[in-house]
Amino acid sequence: MKNQNVIWALIALVLLLALNAAFTPGFFHLEMRDGHLYGSLVDILDRAAPVTLMALGMTLVIATGGIDLSVGSLMAISGATAALALSMGYSGPVALLLALLSGLVAGLINGSLVAFLGIQPIVATLILMVSGRGVAQLITNGQPLTFNNKFIDVFGNGFFLTLPFSVTVVMIALIIIAALTRRTALGLYLESVGNGPLASRLSGLPVPGVLLFAYATSGVCAALAGVVAAADIKAADSNTAGLYAELDAILAVVIGGTALTGGRFTLIGSVIGALLMQAMTTTILARGIQMQWTQVVKASVILIVCILQSPAVREKILAPMTRRRRRAQQ
Amino acid sequence: MNFGLTASSIPRFATVLVCLALYLAAALHFENFATLQVFVNFLADNAVLGIVSVGMTFVILSGGIDLSVGSVVALVSVSMAVLIEHKGWHPLPAGLAVLAAGTLFGTLTGLIIHVFNLPPFLVTLAGLFMGRGLALVISLESIQMTHPWYTSLLTTNINLNAETTMGLVPVIYVIIVILAILVARYTAFGRNIYALGGNEDAAVLMGIPVGKTRVGVYAVSGFCSALAGIVYTMYSFSGNASTGVAMELDAIAAVVIGGTLLTGGIGGIFGTFIGVLIFGIIQTSMAFQGTLNSWWTKIGIAGLLLLFIIMQRLIEGRRNR
Repeated sequence: MKNQNVIWALIALVLLLALNAAFTPGFFHLEMRDGHLYGSLVDILDRAAPVTLMALGMTLVIATGGIDLSVGSLMAISGATAALALSMGYSGPVALLLALLSGLVAGLINGSLVAFLGIQPIVATLILMVSGRGVAQLITNGQPLTFNNKFIDVFGNGFFLTLPFSVTVVMIALIIIAALTRRTALGLYLESVGNGPLASRLSGLPVPGVLLFAYATSGVCAALAGVVAAADIKAADSNTAGLYAELDAILAVVIGGTALTGGRFTLIGSVIGALLMQAMTTTILARGIQMQWTQVVKASVILIVCILQSPAVREKILAPMTRRRRRAQQ
Repeated sequence: MNFGLTASSIPRFATVLVCLALYLAAALHFENFATLQVFVNFLADNAVLGIVSVGMTFVILSGGIDLSVGSVVALVSVSMAVLIEHKGWHPLPAGLAVLAAGTLFGTLTGLIIHVFNLPPFLVTLAGLFMGRGLALVISLESIQMTHPWYTSLLTTNINLNAETTMGLVPVIYVIIVILAILVARYTAFGRNIYALGGNEDAAVLMGIPVGKTRVGVYAVSGFCSALAGIVYTMYSFSGNASTGVAMELDAIAAVVIGGTLLTGGIGGIFGTFIGVLIFGIIQTSMAFQGTLNSWWTKIGIAGLLLLFIIMQRLIEGRRNR
């Protein structure tokens, strides 16, 4: 049951790649240059990195039945923090740590509003979403802040094992989060809170702690995405960094099969969802279709996937199918 | 029962107080702030946001949310400009056509939400991308409005007194607010919205047409967004596909600051009107100050938002006890 929705996203991704294999010349062409791989497929992995990172954190938040609207603004704050730290003469690793810290603090603020004040997640994170971009503007004093630092630059333009370094960042984040949630009871706690906060509290789960963990992870993931995005252009632009990224991240999670109602989650699904969305964008670019169509196509795909996943459709179309299968087995 | 009514009116009361306090503070601090012209300008400068917020109030009262409003404003403004400037339509049929299109957009959104039982958040998010994408597909560049009848209409000003002039935009805004208040208070549709947002199960049991009401709410929001898009072309003399970015958030903030509970069922249009005025006062104060950066507006709004949400939370907590 849990994997049923992941399959829709996977089918869509495979279909899209198959269409490209048939109709877009050179889409699967990979080229080795100076020990680095280049090609549309590598491009998809590289460009999907920020959204994938945010989607990973977002998955945990959505698993608890919440949502984090602030991740796009947190990207801007984190990029601005890193750029400011570098311009003040701090070293690359310190700048990275400070940027991640900004995400952690913001995530804890979101988490506290939800866990302790019991504010609806949409509203609680809306506050940082609205003000976050303003805060980022204040940090950079309203101007895009450029920087040149070898350590930070690696996150945007480096390579590791022939692939862009951003892919490694995503893999590390995925492994850490998967280990934390699937190798410990934390994942069950998250799902339990998503299924019923009251029941979880009554059965002795530290509900506020679980919520804090989810929102803090989302904040740190968004901060990491902010560093990757800023390193990519070697500048912190508070106006455009992560604009609408929260929506992309939420869509990646939902397309990946984690329901917005919470209660269960799939990290791999979210990664596939993010890849699917980037594959769509890259396809549109590779086929020479005007960039503006990206959003129209994206909206159509979201609607189709959501309608396919909706309870109404599942009952009317999918339930008879499974019933038939069950009858055949008998 | 009496207690419930007072508890639900506290946020609106607080909103009016905050608005008055801000206005007085600004009036004492800045010369020429407390003039009728500045007040009329509040209405004109915030008419687009204000009209969008009226539609958003209906949606939020019903317990939903509409993220597509900013994109619809952009789509409508650019469609209006293309119809008039490139296709040679008269502004009147063009306006009616885009109003109908906006209402249809909202109706479709509502139908998808209701029929497939999907979260409004997701469906209107798709609407956001769809609207913005279509607007950019229609025209990447801003289109100037040069139609003689339209520009002469827009430059017509009424003299309220010796120093104060008022254009068409604030008039449209005020009329919409009054109409919306009447619809919310005195029609079956309005009462059904409150019932639906207050408790959906109870609304179903009472025999309220939940489906019609829910679809209707999104249709109203689509209509308001379309009207706001037309007003945008009147206010800025252009249609622009990149206008209204993040306007959905400003609208939600204005509605919440206006004392409407995000869980639905409690609140009203008048509060939203005051919420939008608070927006205007903060923005105009920033402009009067001159030295303060405009992004302080966002931070100020977020601070107010936080305050009101915590207050709402405390009131709700008391109600549930």
